[in-house]
Amino acid sequence: MLYRETGDFKASYTKDQQIFPIVQDRWLVFLFCAIAVFVVPFVINDYWEKSVLVPVLVWALAALGLNILVGYCGQVSLGTGGFMAVGAYSSYKLTTAFPELNIILVVLLSGGITAFVGILFGLPSLRIKGFYLAVATLASQFFLVWLFNKVPWFYNYSASGQITAPERLLFGVPVSGPNAPPWATYLFCLLFVLVLSLLAKNLTRGRIGRSWMAIRDMDIAAEIIGIKPLVTKLSAFAISSFYIGVSGALFFMVYLGAAEPTEAFGIDKSFLVLFMIIIGGLGSILGSFIGAAFMVLMPVLLKNIMVGGLGWPTDLVAHFIFMLVGGLIMFFLIVEPHGLAQLWRITKEKLRLWPFPH
Amino acid sequence: MSPGILNTIEVILNGLMAGVMYSLVALGFVLIYKASGIFNYAQGVMCLFAALTLVGFQTGQIPFSHLINVMLGTNLHHWSSGMHSFFAIILTIIVMIGFAYIVDRFVLRHMVNQAPIILFMATIGLAYFMEGFGDLMWGANIKNLDVGIPSGGSLWWEDITRGWVADGTVYLGMYIDVLDVWATGIAVSLVILLTLFSQYTKTGRALRAVADDHQAAMSVGISLRTIWVIVWSIAGIVALVAGIMWGSKSGVQFSLSLIALKALPVLILGGFTSIPGAIVGGLIIGVGEKLFEFSVGPLIGGATENWFAYVLALVFLMFRPQGLFGEKIIERV
Repeated sequence: MLYRETGDFKASYTKDQQIFPIVQDRWLVFLFCAIAVFVVPFVINDYWEKSVLVPVLVWALAALGLNILVGYCGQVSLGTGGFMAVGAYSSYKLTTAFPELNIILVVLLSGGITAFVGILFGLPSLRIKGFYLAVATLASQFFLVWLFNKVPWFYNYSASGQITAPERLLFGVPVSGPNAPPWATYLFCLLFVLVLSLLAKNLTRGRIGRSWMAIRDMDIAAEIIGIKPLVTKLSAFAISSFYIGVSGALFFMVYLGAAEPTEAFGIDKSFLVLFMIIIGGLGSILGSFIGAAFMVLMPVLLKNIMVGGLGWPTDLVAHFIFMLVGGLIMFFLIVEPHGLAQLWRITKEKLRLWPFPH
Repeated sequence: MSPGILNTIEVILNGLMAGVMYSLVALGFVLIYKASGIFNYAQGVMCLFAALTLVGFQTGQIPFSHLINVMLGTNLHHWSSGMHSFFAIILTIIVMIGFAYIVDRFVLRHMVNQAPIILFMATIGLAYFMEGFGDLMWGANIKNLDVGIPSGGSLWWEDITRGWVADGTVYLGMYIDVLDVWATGIAVSLVILLTLFSQYTKTGRALRAVADDHQAAMSVGISLRTIWVIVWSIAGIVALVAGIMWGSKSGVQFSLSLIALKALPVLILGGFTSIPGAIVGGLIIGVGEKLFEFSVGPLIGGATENWFAYVLALVFLMFRPQGLFGEKIIERV
């Protein structure tokens, strides 16, 4: 009754190709973006920025990247941590070598460098499939972490082996380093997320996205009808690594401030992003956001309830979080393999028919 | 013989025995993959859980004591001073069989016919769940596992090898850990037992039938569910053996579950569906890792054991995707 496409006739090709054909969807998204851009920066404080907003934005980017690779193209990758490390270290080297370079350019260039590395480590996918490929990407994960630990050039020969983000200004406001105000870091990350998620949505809707999905569904048949596996798979790796690299650069420069490869970019981060896209929904842009929000918020919520409310010790809560994450993964894979995004889709489908049953 | 050659031999021998330890873990993977087509990422955590349970029974710990203490304000830790290792092992085997039954009932039953990657991700979820559960049940501190297997360097072997160099050269003898030798012996007997079981018993034949073709096995009357419970129980027992070996070596702690990650290159080299493949793959990876670290490691900064196994497996995959002994992968459009 309220939520329909009927009566809404598109009169131009541009209107026909809208991402959100139903007008209520458009209002919802615009409202969300308006609140995110115009309301949140004025009410944000340090706690919300550091523990909720910036992590959700950064991990949403990483989840977008991995979703493109795993959800849309079907190439399982456990190398996310290593690629985030590449992004972080590229941004570090670029910004320390060229301090005058605009920070936005630095982040984008680190994404580009990560894309190249991604193509390199994606070459095995031309020959290997399924979880053999997952093991091959594990090679990239462990090798990259080892590389950034061992080769001193990467951390500028510092004595501690750590890299620290120098303070950089954007339009006169610091966005990295200890003096960055919360609204500045938040808006900086939000800018990247908005632009890159729009890009991702359009990529997955277009020709490239369809060729990715063809490879995912049945790659031999896709090759037979003329989709080039080399270009498709490597482009998936490249674009996915670009997103993950940008996310890694933001993770290091804005969120962490200082990083050490084993701790910050280890295998647990790879699994974390994989869980985000499984719970959120494989092959769904919205799912990446939902999954990232879920995996960031759930431990915070549990900690607040259990430690703050019930007074339990933190190690007990940590065990419960492990159990809950594992249990939820299994639950989602059994009940709804397409994740929370599918639940949202089903809700919208039911809304289209409401109040009629079918 | 010069100390250089003797050092290389020492590295190779230690590599072989380290490889046997990896194969113990890989064995559990192969069993489950053969019978149910699931790549069980939770095998490493099963090793950890089995070892934790064994230590818990051995020392007479109360399960969930931390949680009970927090919720009820009590201060309980142990219900007895412990029991003999033999009974603890029997009890742990019963627990692992119970675990196999629960996993089948609540996870596997609902996931029949899903894509392999979904099953793999479900076992990752199971691994995380079991890790939290094991820590909750028995506590996350490092525990000492001692079932009576002798450990430490073999002084007898050191004395013998000290005499192998020419007179006058300084050489302190070859270091072979007695625990590793015991682990090799136990692994070999385990493989022999498993092979005898699968060749000469009725259940073993049923296992092989299910591993070949699920539909055909069902059509001759083999209950798939029972077989899966049996396979997961056997994998649980293998996990217990692996957990005992690794736990005796380096203590029962969270990092035990990471050996599952190390077993992956072993499986790739040996083939996912082959028990001798798991052994051979483990040996190759063990020797390769140690030799690489010994020879090339110092030139490039060391600590190459983290990634060398994976790179070796990767190179291998490019040329022989099914591994040394695995079945050739046939895809149909």
